[in-house]
Amino acid sequence: MTRAGLAAASLRARLPPGAELRRVGGILLRVAAGVFGGYGVAALATMLLSVSLPMPRAEAVVTATMASFAVHAGAMVWAFAARGAWRAAGGIAGAAAVLWLSLLMQGR
Amino acid sequence: MKDGFRQSMAWLHTWSGLLVGWVLFAVFLTGTAAYLRPETSFWMRPELGVSRPAPGDAEVALRAMQGLAPTSPSWFIVLPDERETTTRVFWRAGPGRGGFREAVLDPATGERAAARETMGGEFFYRFHFQLHYVSVLWGRWIVSVCAMFMLVAIVSGIITHRRIFKDFFTFRPGKGQRSWLDGHNVAAVLALPYHLMITYTGLVLFMLMVMPWGVERAYPGDRAAFQAEAFGREAARPRVGTPAPLVPLAPLMEEAGRHWPGARISRVNVTNAGDAGATIQLVRADSERISFNAQSLTFDGATGALLQARGENRPAAEVRGVMYGLHIGRFAGPALRALFILSGLAGTVMVGSGCVLWAVKQRQAALKRGRVGFGVLLVEHLNVAAIAGLPLAMAAFLWANRLLPTGMTDRAAWEVHVFFIAWGACLLHPLLRRGRRAWVEQFALGAAAFALLPVLNVAVTERHLLASLLGGDAVRAWFDLGLLACGGLLGALAWKVSRHRPAGAGRRGGRVPDGAEGEPARAPAGRAAPAIAAATDA
Repeated sequence: MTRAGLAAASLRARLPPGAELRRVGGILLRVAAGVFGGYGVAALATMLLSVSLPMPRAEAVVTATMASFAVHAGAMVWAFAARGAWRAAGGIAGAAAVLWLSLLMQGR
Repeated sequence: MKDGFRQSMAWLHTWSGLLVGWVLFAVFLTGTAAYLRPETSFWMRPELGVSRPAPGDAEVALRAMQGLAPTSPSWFIVLPDERETTTRVFWRAGPGRGGFREAVLDPATGERAAARETMGGEFFYRFHFQLHYVSVLWGRWIVSVCAMFMLVAIVSGIITHRRIFKDFFTFRPGKGQRSWLDGHNVAAVLALPYHLMITYTGLVLFMLMVMPWGVERAYPGDRAAFQAEAFGREAARPRVGTPAPLVPLAPLMEEAGRHWPGARISRVNVTNAGDAGATIQLVRADSERISFNAQSLTFDGATGALLQARGENRPAAEVRGVMYGLHIGRFAGPALRALFILSGLAGTVMVGSGCVLWAVKQRQAALKRGRVGFGVLLVEHLNVAAIAGLPLAMAAFLWANRLLPTGMTDRAAWEVHVFFIAWGACLLHPLLRRGRRAWVEQFALGAAAFALLPVLNVAVTERHLLASLLGGDAVRAWFDLGLLACGGLLGALAWKVSRHRPAGAGRRGGRVPDGAEGEPARAPAGRAAPAIAAATDA
């Protein structure tokens, strides 16, 4: 986190302290949402696709797992593309919730 | 809003890239070297002569294994081919990950190869995906996480560039930061399909390690069933307990020839040799197809009956096989392999220039503010060691291969230690020699180390360039020439960096304004760019 701190330092002079805190907090939230939340979404999507793709089971697992990295990368990009940090976190959490519910409904 | 979007993508690109940039640089450079794994191994065993694969190699290797590991439950024999001149054997000697032993054999006699103990090209290959001095699992996780960040950096980098085609043709050398940016863009855009391919396929190689959840969901607690269904990897047949000799190999090879007309067998895997439950698996050479989803035939080791033929259907597994194959590039002939190497170097330049670009930008911003912080200095320092230091360390590894006494205990391990000692020295060196001097000296020393290797060869081996040329040993001749080229490239970098004058700056005795804390706002932005700025020209 020292490097994130560095970037913060470059702006520190120009911003009031409260705004700076919000900025760093926002970045941390996006990082958490993108990296960890994104992994969660990718994992849930892999689980869902593994048992729902219309192909033999082993094939579905391989396909879903191969695609998971695109999902994770997409989630990370989204986490930083969203207009606000909370919106980013909300989007990831929403996607995870939908996937999770679908998995539950599928049962087993 | 559009600009905001592009800005946040630029931010993501910068940080995801920088955070793992140094590891990625090492992964890219050693990975590029790994395309020449057999050639490097051959060069590093100067005692071995040129040999051609012979039809009896597999039989010889099997006999050798009966002497080396008669009680081992599994043998893996990698046969020589047009590029690899030795037979490499691995066997399980105990339980767990550490239970494997390996040996390098003379294909003709089955004796241990009469050559110095060395990891050869295997070191660069293994380092590039599992590092060293950390457990294999940790190393693979670290590299996989870095590759994930790489993927994010590539995607956000593409989004950041609205002018991707224009950038392709834009290179303005000698203009400090602008040149770095152009160089970074050219290296990235030129080989973009390669970068995307190599990063994504790299992730796919270890996908079941980093993303096991699909398997967990579809095959709860039964990974073996997944392996069998997806890749045809049946669990090994158990030991029966009744001794039975292995059947002769020749009829099985003929069977394989009928199965895949004209195909070459590259590997022979044996389980429970000497037991009635033994199996012999013949694996088709992966240099014959792009896909690495190995095709194999498994025979009963005691009766010779065909038990299983594997690897002929299953589209998704085949896609994974193609991804695997594309990543390791073993299907590539010499011309295509050269292209892979150039693309790998482009990737290395892309990562390295990205790291330097960050430092250049931050220093300019810092000088405008009047103070260069610890973070910028740290990144600049690490850039030197990671970028200029690594080729030097790789050269040191090859020097160690030639100079360490052949009878030394743990010789192969010490070659690797020398690599890391040299790299460690490169990490300390910038403490003594700040800024540009550190870059120039490390590049120059690296250049000398590479360029003198062929000279060292004349002194300590019989396999010098002239002998290789006269003896028709094309691989060693090319390798020596390649070492000279590496030396030339590093020398050009050293020369460029030492000659570079930041725009607008007068002569300052070759010093970069590194102690900038003492001379704050006076330095204009253009002058502040570290002098290495022109190095991407090469």
